[in-house]
Amino acid sequence: MAELLLELFSEEIPARMQSKACDDLKRLTQKALKDAQLGFETMEAYATPRRLALHIIGLPTAQADVREERRGPKADAPEKAIAGFLGSVGLTRDQVEEREDKKGTFLYAVIEKKGAPTADVLSAIFPDIIRSFPWPKSMRWGPASQSTESLRWVRPLQSILCLFDGNVVPFEVNSLASSDETRGHRFHAPEAIKVNGFGDYLKKLSEAYVILDPLKRMEQIVKEANAQTMIGKVIIVRDDALVAENAGLTEWPTVLMGRFDEAFLDVPDEVLTATMRTNQKYFSLRDPNTGNLTNKFLCVANLQASDGGKAILAGNEKVLSARLSDAKFFWEQDLKTPLEEMAAKLKDVTFHEKLGTVAEKVDRVAKLAKWLGAEYGIGEPGLNYQAAKLAKADLVSAMVTEFPSVQGVMGSYYAEKQGLDVAVVNAIKEHYAPQGPNDDCPTNGVSVAVALADKIDTLVGFFAIDEKPTGSKDPYALRRAGLGIIRLILENGLRFKLGELLSFVRVEVFETLSEQVSRAAESSVEQLRPQDSDKAVRFEVTTIKGNRPSLTTGNPALQYSDDIKGLIDFIADRLKVQQREQGVPHDLIDAVFALGSEDDLVRLIARVSALQSFLKTDHGANLLAGYKRAANILRIEEKKDGKAFDGAVDEALLGDTQEHALFVALVSSNELLAKALEMEDFEAAMRALAQLRGPVDAFFDYVTVNAEDAAIRENRLTLLNQIRAAVHKVADFSKIEG
Amino acid sequence: MADSLSFQDLILTLQRYWADRGCVILQPYDMEMGAGTFHAATTLRALGPERWNAAYVQPSRRPTDGRYGENPNRLQHYYQFQTILKPAPVDIQDQYLGSLKAIGIDFETHDIRFVEDDWESPTLGAWGLGWEVWCDGMEVSQFTYFQQVGGYDCKPVAGELTYGLERLAMYIQGVDNVYDLDFNGRGVTYGDVFLKNEQQQSAYNFEHANTGRLLQHFKDAEAECQMLLELDKPLPLPAYEQCISASHIFNMLDARGVISVTERASYIGRVRALAKGCCDAWMSTNGWAA
Repeated sequence: MAELLLELFSEEIPARMQSKACDDLKRLTQKALKDAQLGFETMEAYATPRRLALHIIGLPTAQADVREERRGPKADAPEKAIAGFLGSVGLTRDQVEEREDKKGTFLYAVIEKKGAPTADVLSAIFPDIIRSFPWPKSMRWGPASQSTESLRWVRPLQSILCLFDGNVVPFEVNSLASSDETRGHRFHAPEAIKVNGFGDYLKKLSEAYVILDPLKRMEQIVKEANAQTMIGKVIIVRDDALVAENAGLTEWPTVLMGRFDEAFLDVPDEVLTATMRTNQKYFSLRDPNTGNLTNKFLCVANLQASDGGKAILAGNEKVLSARLSDAKFFWEQDLKTPLEEMAAKLKDVTFHEKLGTVAEKVDRVAKLAKWLGAEYGIGEPGLNYQAAKLAKADLVSAMVTEFPSVQGVMGSYYAEKQGLDVAVVNAIKEHYAPQGPNDDCPTNGVSVAVALADKIDTLVGFFAIDEKPTGSKDPYALRRAGLGIIRLILENGLRFKLGELLSFVRVEVFETLSEQVSRAAESSVEQLRPQDSDKAVRFEVTTIKGNRPSLTTGNPALQYSDDIKGLIDFIADRLKVQQREQGVPHDLIDAVFALGSEDDLVRLIARVSALQSFLKTDHGANLLAGYKRAANILRIEEKKDGKAFDGAVDEALLGDTQEHALFVALVSSNELLAKALEMEDFEAAMRALAQLRGPVDAFFDYVTVNAEDAAIRENRLTLLNQIRAAVHKVADFSKIEG
Repeated sequence: MADSLSFQDLILTLQRYWADRGCVILQPYDMEMGAGTFHAATTLRALGPERWNAAYVQPSRRPTDGRYGENPNRLQHYYQFQTILKPAPVDIQDQYLGSLKAIGIDFETHDIRFVEDDWESPTLGAWGLGWEVWCDGMEVSQFTYFQQVGGYDCKPVAGELTYGLERLAMYIQGVDNVYDLDFNGRGVTYGDVFLKNEQQQSAYNFEHANTGRLLQHFKDAEAECQMLLELDKPLPLPAYEQCISASHIFNMLDARGVISVTERASYIGRVRALAKGCCDAWMSTNGWAA
């Protein structure tokens, strides 16, 4: 057993690519070793800005020998057959054995293949792995780049170190030959270093100011950062991604604490933090008592400077000061422009080529938000409208142009300075939320209305132009919008029929679409492609006018058009994903959606949760079994007779005791069920269904459904049909698995 | 830093350094352009198989960055020092670091970092991979390995180094305001040379440039470029100058705020078409087109 060390030494690898490169190097090597039938004990990969290293322990020094036996023709077979066999195994007549068995004497070839030395195998596999390495972006370089076929790497690859069992594994990749040499830190130890194994490599690297393991560099950063914050009496806001990024930018991280002019603290925290983090990769620091941002920051250098870091700090402070001056300038400039004025400029910002400008989106969202207030009492119509109208205004502010991550936040600061209603201020800030499964979900009415309206508009819009997510592609983050809608509804207990809401906004979207189409027809510069405009026009003609749904409909069955159903299905899928994470099986959600009458998500989840508890009880499990039996019989008999048994039960024909008992139970259960459903008391609904369990079981034990007498048979089938119908008032049990 | 280089000595030092490494030292292109990359010595010369090593200063004009001389860091006219090495030598990073050392940056006390920054110019149909080079957190250069220009693969790949001279000088001299830079080491400051220019040019760019005439100039440059490209024997070099003009006029119109977001894309598309046409003609008149 021996050890392998591979190091691919290059110019600076982007920090964000290092971790995946380690995984890829391991994965590709594992596969190649498996194909070569070489096992190993452990494999680990490491990355620094300038190197990608692989360490394998417990590789055999050679492949196992392979012994293969092949039976040939009989020893006395015609010469031609024997010659053919010898040719196929590459042996001569005296190299093959004769063996006797019951059927006669046969020729046997024993082929022994010596396993190749592992070093030879490695020499063959690494060049392939290097040539086909899956960097997200790669490049050609140097004189070899005369050909577009030359080696590609993330940045120029400078040297390859490859040792197995203490010896160089010799190979060449596009004239770069492997060796036992590497280099240390770019400035502290630029000379070549010879190594003889992984232990030696680690030791010499650390003497050469390189910490190979990214986790160790992260630890080092955290340790030094904590020491600095102790001295500075400040606290650091935990930011693992920033620690990792800095570890990916340094081979020898050193943490330094700098300061900036306190005057910059007038600028909002989010801007200061974004400036420090995004542009400079600095950590911002807070006062442990007040929680406020302080005028101190931490930066991570890649040097053990001979002056203790004085010059580095001075430089970083100067850069930050220039950056913050810019930010302050933007902040002060933006404050001179009222949000309304900024909002007016959104007519020049394209939201999507086919969905019009951001101003048009804002108008739709404002209408919808107002309607949500008026129709369902979410927020307050006037404030919803105002907040929605201003929510995206900051997109044209100087600050958001510079730091897109502070969108919404800046708008809320500007709104606050303008003295707008606090509900409007909050809604501007919160309307992008929630952005995932774990962040905070707005709870203030106005925020909820605008956040919901914005997401629904996005979803309906992109569905209308057929830009639905497919597989792993979701360029407009529609799945996230879907999840946001679900969280806003469920976490705020919002009660409405989703389809109605979607229908309302769809009408608005189609107005934009048709305007967009007519505008494109007039404009000579950028035409929509003809097929797109055809489609939009068709939408306008057939769907908008023809299908505006009645918003006060009380019908149990939903009368939505296909595209609304498509949207509801999409949200149902998102709901299943979201609920699965909370332990709710997807089939229960299907069972409730399958009723075709439930698109009030709050009620739907209440039903599902009552159903889930019910199915865990003995009654529930048995009723499910009884239901399935009834449904099976019905399916077969309905097919046989070519009709449904949906008439009324004839009490006079109920003969057996068990049959009659079931009918009585059904009538009483139906009454309870109706009351429970009206009260939306789904536990009570389940209890009502539970009453059926005993009579159903007894019915199947004692009663023959397919009686000789046709009328009695039909009456019993009708009874079963009513059982099924009763169950379906709660959920379509046929969708439930198991 | 004590005894630091004056602004002009910084330029002279970089020129000497790259001249010693075999570069042709060119003088600035005599046209307004947004960056040193636009210079034909980079854009067109990056194409084709010939060796090409050049260095030059290029005044760069960014009309929207004008601040009437009131911002200590932003200028509508500033200098870039540009080095183009084709093929990019294997030790180009070391050569680059040598140039920083030559202008007085000490690697024992300063933190130099190569931070991912890929370059893409839709206008030129060009892209490359590289870094922004940080010195103590400040971006002092752009370092790019050109992969494609005008939609053509670079064969071989050229290395492009762009130094932001004012920033670098401010850093070396320890000055907080660009106008305080020591220009010649004998009492003339950057402000003495350029402050009035920034004030007047900002006013021109933002307030007075006649947009009607600019729009006409744009069309004229576009038409002239197309005419030169459509000749039986196309003339890519003069055509490319018209493309540079069109690009600058577009930047002026942008600064005047008369280009809407939608129109923007269309204008950029028009300049890109010109640039692409020039690269096509350059490749074919040199006999390199596939």
